[in-house]
Amino acid sequence: MNGKRITIFSGHYGSGKTNVALTYALSERAKEKKVAIADIDIVNPYFRTKDSEALLKERGIRLICSDYANTNVDIPALPQDIYAIVDDKSLTCILDVGGDERGALALGRISAAIREENDYDMIFVANRFRPLTSTVEGAMEVLREIEAAAGLRFTAIVNNSNLGAETAPEDILSSVEFGKALSEAAGLPLAATSVSESVYEALCGRMSGLYPIRLQKHL
Amino acid sequence: MAEKVLMKGNEAIAEAAILAGCRHYFGYPITPQTEIAAYMAKRMPKIGGTFLQAESEIAAINMVYGVSATGKRVMTSSSSPGISLKGEGLSYLAGADLPALVVNVQRGGPGLGGIQPSQSDYFQATKGGAHGDFHMLVLAPASVQEMAELTVKGFALADKYRMTAMILADGTMGQMMEPVSLDFAVGEAVEKPWATNGTKLSRPHNIINSLILKPERLEELNFERYERYAKIKETEVMYEEYMMEDAEICVVAFGIAARVSKNAINEARAKGIKVGLIRPITLWPFPEKAIAAAAEKVKKFISVELSMGQMIEDVRLAVNGKAPVTLCNRTGGMIPAPEQVLAAITEAAK
Repeated sequence: MNGKRITIFSGHYGSGKTNVALTYALSERAKEKKVAIADIDIVNPYFRTKDSEALLKERGIRLICSDYANTNVDIPALPQDIYAIVDDKSLTCILDVGGDERGALALGRISAAIREENDYDMIFVANRFRPLTSTVEGAMEVLREIEAAAGLRFTAIVNNSNLGAETAPEDILSSVEFGKALSEAAGLPLAATSVSESVYEALCGRMSGLYPIRLQKHL
Repeated sequence: MAEKVLMKGNEAIAEAAILAGCRHYFGYPITPQTEIAAYMAKRMPKIGGTFLQAESEIAAINMVYGVSATGKRVMTSSSSPGISLKGEGLSYLAGADLPALVVNVQRGGPGLGGIQPSQSDYFQATKGGAHGDFHMLVLAPASVQEMAELTVKGFALADKYRMTAMILADGTMGQMMEPVSLDFAVGEAVEKPWATNGTKLSRPHNIINSLILKPERLEELNFERYERYAKIKETEVMYEEYMMEDAEICVVAFGIAARVSKNAINEARAKGIKVGLIRPITLWPFPEKAIAAAAEKVKKFISVELSMGQMIEDVRLAVNGKAPVTLCNRTGGMIPAPEQVLAAITEAAK
């Protein structure tokens, strides 16, 4: 998360990537950049960046998402202005890519242009409390599947381990080893350990690399 | 105790089924239950199990019939319109006395309806689900933890009584994420001497069939089945009572409606209103005795549902005219807010 022109967040579904992406977009916007966030999750119509539409509008962040999201024809369609991500070089783009390799497949549409421009980060968001990514092996399997489907390599890892509303500071501390081990196995830097704002308060000074995130409200 | 994991309700069902020894899953994708199939697709090949995306819901339920006949634990899952398609198979399973676990993560209807949560398949689930005289065991989870535990329970009950157990969840329960402990007892496997798993030349052939052309025999089998149902009604009812000791108003709600109702009850109690909750965990068998007992002291009942009012009929039968029963509902994919339930409680307290 180094302020590249394009920052892509992906991971196993339910890893919390939408929350991390949203927080990062807000922080980039706070630097007075022209920011767009793209929801190219064509897999799960239940949780969407579009749910935060009002907040994004208020902050002046452009939302690139399917016109059909949350409507009666919520089909697996890509947004028609997806090419703005690669064509409009004045935009700082944050991409929220759908869960697993099936979700990442949609990224293939623009991955060649992203590779060519070569001004991007692709962040693997991992939660060790999720059943299929609870081990380094499991997380690596998902990571490689996404890379293969997306046609892009990850450049960093964010440890977003959490148990939802029940997350205690000790849960985060217990996930530090996992973050390190995954970083080593993937040969990628650990960009941050993201935590909800409430847990952040409790952990300040107890560990480094913390990144407080804003949680979308649903259900 | 084992460490908790953060799971979607749908994933909790899938993992619990694997824990319960289920190695055969057949299904067809439909929101909001598709994660069950997706999870099984990932997990089954790794543990020597079978995941198969059938060409339709009808094909999937008939594959369930086939595997169940061999004595193996087997399941399918779908959401409302898909369950209607499975109807024929559900009836055949009942007619052949085969155990199976079927999950319905309900969405708004009728027709294709929507993809948001609903409880409007209550009639379909509890009154049989298809043609013929039969019942399914219907279990209604109200947390992701219960999604897992009732799945395990469902397999056990299905085997014990040779019938279908249905997990009747809704889109909220399927999609929401909560920490889950999967460290619970799974129980012993049941002997299945009726299974068509090869005679090994040591016993007569077993026959699994639901076509009985002699009316005398068909009637006999139906009576036998209903004797079993009567036993289930005596022994397998599950429900939760919340703040019912001194309650003058009783809310009856299951699943997500019960969670919303609990919040409303807490607020009403803070205002001094004596209100409690009966949460049916088994919808069939329905906790009619618990509600009948409550009707001896409670002045008013409120049935909170994500439907146009279906369970309310069973509540009224149990209350048997001893107190008024009113409906507090949303439908079409909408969920009642705690404020709406609180308003209904406040109105009843007047």
